[in-house]
Amino acid sequence: MIYFLCFILFSIGIYGVLVKRNIIKLIISTMILNYAVYILLVLMGFRWQGQAPVFAADQGIGFMVDPLPQSMVMVSMIVGLAVTALLVAVAMRLYQEFKTFDLKAIIKTKIKNKPETDDNA
Amino acid sequence: MKNKPNQQIKSKTGIIDNDQAEQGMSIIVKTVTRLTVGVLFVYGINVALHGHIIPGGGFAGGAIIALSLLNLVLAFGKDAALEKLSQTWAIIFTTLGLLLFMVIGLFGSGNNSILESLFQDKGELLSLLMIGSIPLLNIAVCLQVGAGIFVIFIYLVSLKPEADKS
Amino acid sequence: MIELYILLILMIIGAVLALEIKDLLSAVIITGAVGLCLSAAFLLLKAPDLAMTQLIAEIVLVIILVRATISSDSRVEQSKRNHGTFVCVLISLSLFLGASGYVIAKLPIFGKPLMRISRTYLSEALFQTTVSNAVAAITLDYRIFDTFVALVALFTGVIAIMALSGPKSNNSNKK
Repeated sequence: MIYFLCFILFSIGIYGVLVKRNIIKLIISTMILNYAVYILLVLMGFRWQGQAPVFAADQGIGFMVDPLPQSMVMVSMIVGLAVTALLVAVAMRLYQEFKTFDLKAIIKTKIKNKPETDDNA
Repeated sequence: MKNKPNQQIKSKTGIIDNDQAEQGMSIIVKTVTRLTVGVLFVYGINVALHGHIIPGGGFAGGAIIALSLLNLVLAFGKDAALEKLSQTWAIIFTTLGLLLFMVIGLFGSGNNSILESLFQDKGELLSLLMIGSIPLLNIAVCLQVGAGIFVIFIYLVSLKPEADKS
Repeated sequence: MIELYILLILMIIGAVLALEIKDLLSAVIITGAVGLCLSAAFLLLKAPDLAMTQLIAEIVLVIILVRATISSDSRVEQSKRNHGTFVCVLISLSLFLGASGYVIAKLPIFGKPLMRISRTYLSEALFQTTVSNAVAAITLDYRIFDTFVALVALFTGVIAIMALSGPKSNNSNKK
C-alpha cells in the first residue's frame, strides 16, 4: 500500500513533465520524480523496529535497516542537485534570450526569427 | 497590458537588483550573518570530519560549507564573498577534490584492487583519528561538493544581471 | 507508521498543488515544502544521513529556483490546457498505475527488507574498514565507484554551467 503512494507521486511527476509547458514547472516535476525514486528506494530497505545503520557497542546487526539503498540515494542526491542546477541555468539562459519561461512562446519566436538568425550566423 | 509598465519599472530599476548583488542586505542581516557564518562553516567541517563515526559524511558536510558561503553571497553581495574565496580558487578546489579522490583510490591499488581502502586493518576501532582511507575520502568529497555548489551558485548569480541589462 | 502515510499523502498533495498553481513563486515554495516532508520521512525511516543531506540540498535548490523565478517579469503561468494531450496522458498514467500493482506484488513486503547483499556488508564492515557508520563504509569503500561517478557527474554539471554562462552570444546583443 505504501509503495502505491510512491507510484502515485512518480506518476504526478510524469504528468508534469508531459503536460506542462513552463520551464520552471518542468524543473519542479523533475524534482518530484527524484523525490519519488528516493523515497521508494529507502522504503524498500526499511525494517520494523529497525535502527539507524551506525555500529555501536550495544547494537546487533540484526536490527539495522538496510544501508545499501541509503548509500545509493545519498550518492544520487548530489547528482540530482547538479542536474537541477544545470536545468535552472538553461532556463535562465533561455530567459535571457527570449524573455519568457513559456516553451510554446519560445518555439513561436524561434520560428518567426529563423531567417534573421540565419543572417546573423 | 499589465505586463508592460511592470517591465519598464523593472528595466529602469534593474539597478536595484544589481545593487543587491553588489552591496547586500540591511545592517541587521549583515550582523547576524557575520556572527553565524563562521559557526556554520566550522560545523560543516565537523560533520565532514566525523563522517565515519556519526551520521553525516562528506556530502552533507560539503553541502553545509557551500550553504555558509552561499549565505555570505546573499547577505554581503557577490564581491564580498569572492574576496573570501575567489572564483579561480573555488574551481581549483573542485578539481582538487576529484583529483584527491582518484589519487587516494590509486594508492589503495596495492592490494590488487583499485579504489579500495588503503591501510585496511591498521585503524583503531571507533576512534576519530583512525588511519584509513575513508576520512581522507570524506575530506576529498567535502572539498569537491562544497566548492562545486559554490561555483554553480556564483555562475547562476552572475547570469542574472545580464538579463536585466540587455 | 501512520506518520509515514501522513507525510507521503502531504507530499502528494504538495506535488499536485505545485504543478497546478498559477503563480510560479508559490510553486517553488511548495516544492520546498515537499522536500522538507521528504526529509522528515527519511528521519522516520531511520536514515539520518539522508535527512541531513536532503535538508541542505533542498535549501540550496529553493534558493537557486527563487533567484531564477523572482527576476522574471512573467511570473504567472498562462497556459491553455490542451484537452487531447491531457486525456491521453491521464489514460496512460492510469494504465501505468494499474500495471504497478504487478510490480508491487514482486517487491519485498514493507518492513521486511531483502538483505541478501547488505547482510555481508553489515557483518563485515566494522572489521574490514574500521568505520562505525555503515552508510559511509558502503558509500566510500564497497561501492566507491558509484561515488566516483557521482562526483564526476557533479563536476560535469559545474563545467556545463560554466560553459552556459560564458560570453554572450551575438544574437541577444543585437536585440
